[in-house]
Amino acid sequence: MWSFYFHELMRSLPFFLKGLWMTVAVAGLSLIAATIIGFIWGIMRASRNKILRSIIGAWVDLIRGTPFLVQVFIVFFILPSAGIELEAFPAAAIALSNMGACFICEIVASGILAVPQGQRESATASGLSNYQQLRYIILPQAMRSIIPPLVGQYVLIIKDSSVVSAIGVVDVTRVGWLTVQRIPEGLMVFGLVGILYFAICYPLINLSNYMERRMTVTATRL
Amino acid sequence: MLEAFNFRVILEYMPLYMQCFLATLWLSALSLIGAILVGIIACAMRLSQSKAISRTAAVYIESIRSTPLLVQLYFFYFGLPTLGIMLPEWVTGVIALTLNSGAYYAEIIRAGIQAIASGQIEAGIASGLNYFQRMRYIILPQALGMTVRPMLGQAIVLVKDSSLLSLISIMELTRAGQMLTSDRFMPTEGFLTTAAFYLILYYLLKTFSSWSEKRLIFREAH
Repeated sequence: MWSFYFHELMRSLPFFLKGLWMTVAVAGLSLIAATIIGFIWGIMRASRNKILRSIIGAWVDLIRGTPFLVQVFIVFFILPSAGIELEAFPAAAIALSNMGACFICEIVASGILAVPQGQRESATASGLSNYQQLRYIILPQAMRSIIPPLVGQYVLIIKDSSVVSAIGVVDVTRVGWLTVQRIPEGLMVFGLVGILYFAICYPLINLSNYMERRMTVTATRL
Repeated sequence: MLEAFNFRVILEYMPLYMQCFLATLWLSALSLIGAILVGIIACAMRLSQSKAISRTAAVYIESIRSTPLLVQLYFFYFGLPTLGIMLPEWVTGVIALTLNSGAYYAEIIRAGIQAIASGQIEAGIASGLNYFQRMRYIILPQALGMTVRPMLGQAIVLVKDSSLLSLISIMELTRAGQMLTSDRFMPTEGFLTTAAFYLILYYLLKTFSSWSEKRLIFREAH
């Protein structure tokens, strides 16, 4: 029986690859959007404008304080009652981008704040404009403490993208769920799904660890 | 969207919400205790001199960290019955949550222990402290001081992650929102109330986290 099911599972492998493609599409799109929005929010969060800082801070707290699944349901079920009809895919991408942006915002802000105050002062003394300071002095140094946790955050976004299967996005988790109704070998089916996620996430985790080690060493040598 | 917000329905469903809130609380608490125990054991194994034991722990930790919790949950939910192990849903849920967070706790504890310079331990030995005294006065105060914040952070993650248990039809906070959606088609009321309950837990844990950082015995370690 087991080998029969294994054979069946291998036959539906294209279905899994299609699901994997959907996972990559949702996660990849959200990852790019989250990085852009997260950097903008993070720079605002590290700014001197108190109102801006606290608005973003409150939003980040709201998002970090609620489960991603609940956020997905809110975007998918509640926005339509405000007149914004969304398909499952855009709803998933919006929820995932927003959640990612909030976490990246905190990473970017703390990276910027870790740059010594003197750097900014000497940049001001050298006559650099605010934008030039950010572009040439602050961000390049902040990047060193931003990039390792940023890659770690990407792994979280990819893993959290599995949750959007709950609103019917046919990603690789959903494919597993659909397949297990037909091939009742849960260990085998979700073992395969797990391996597919592992193949993406494990190299990224190692990359993050590697960069953390490398960048810390460089930082102390300064 | 909010002008039609129906507080009466929320009041009507409040007993259900309270019951589900308590369910989330005790499911999380149970998983948290289990996860810390699993974390301590996995960490001890990871730091073991024996390569085989250390490798086993590494495989466990890495495979958990590289796959989504939802896939792990489905793995146990659909997989255990095929092995002839029939468990109530909530037990399956607690097992998945425990094993998932356990891997993260193992890494947190390991980081805490390894951050203590070996010179400190050697100095402790040279000062004539025995193993227990070294643990009590040198290693644990510093390791706990460094790990208390990430440990509480992981506890927050665990509480939020427990929302995924709703997908294997365990009655907890997110499930209450789903019920309000399916019974009355009131997703706005349902999921915003759910989110509010999670936020209460989030702010409690967050406040406790910053309080413990300031007030606990471990201040001098920073």
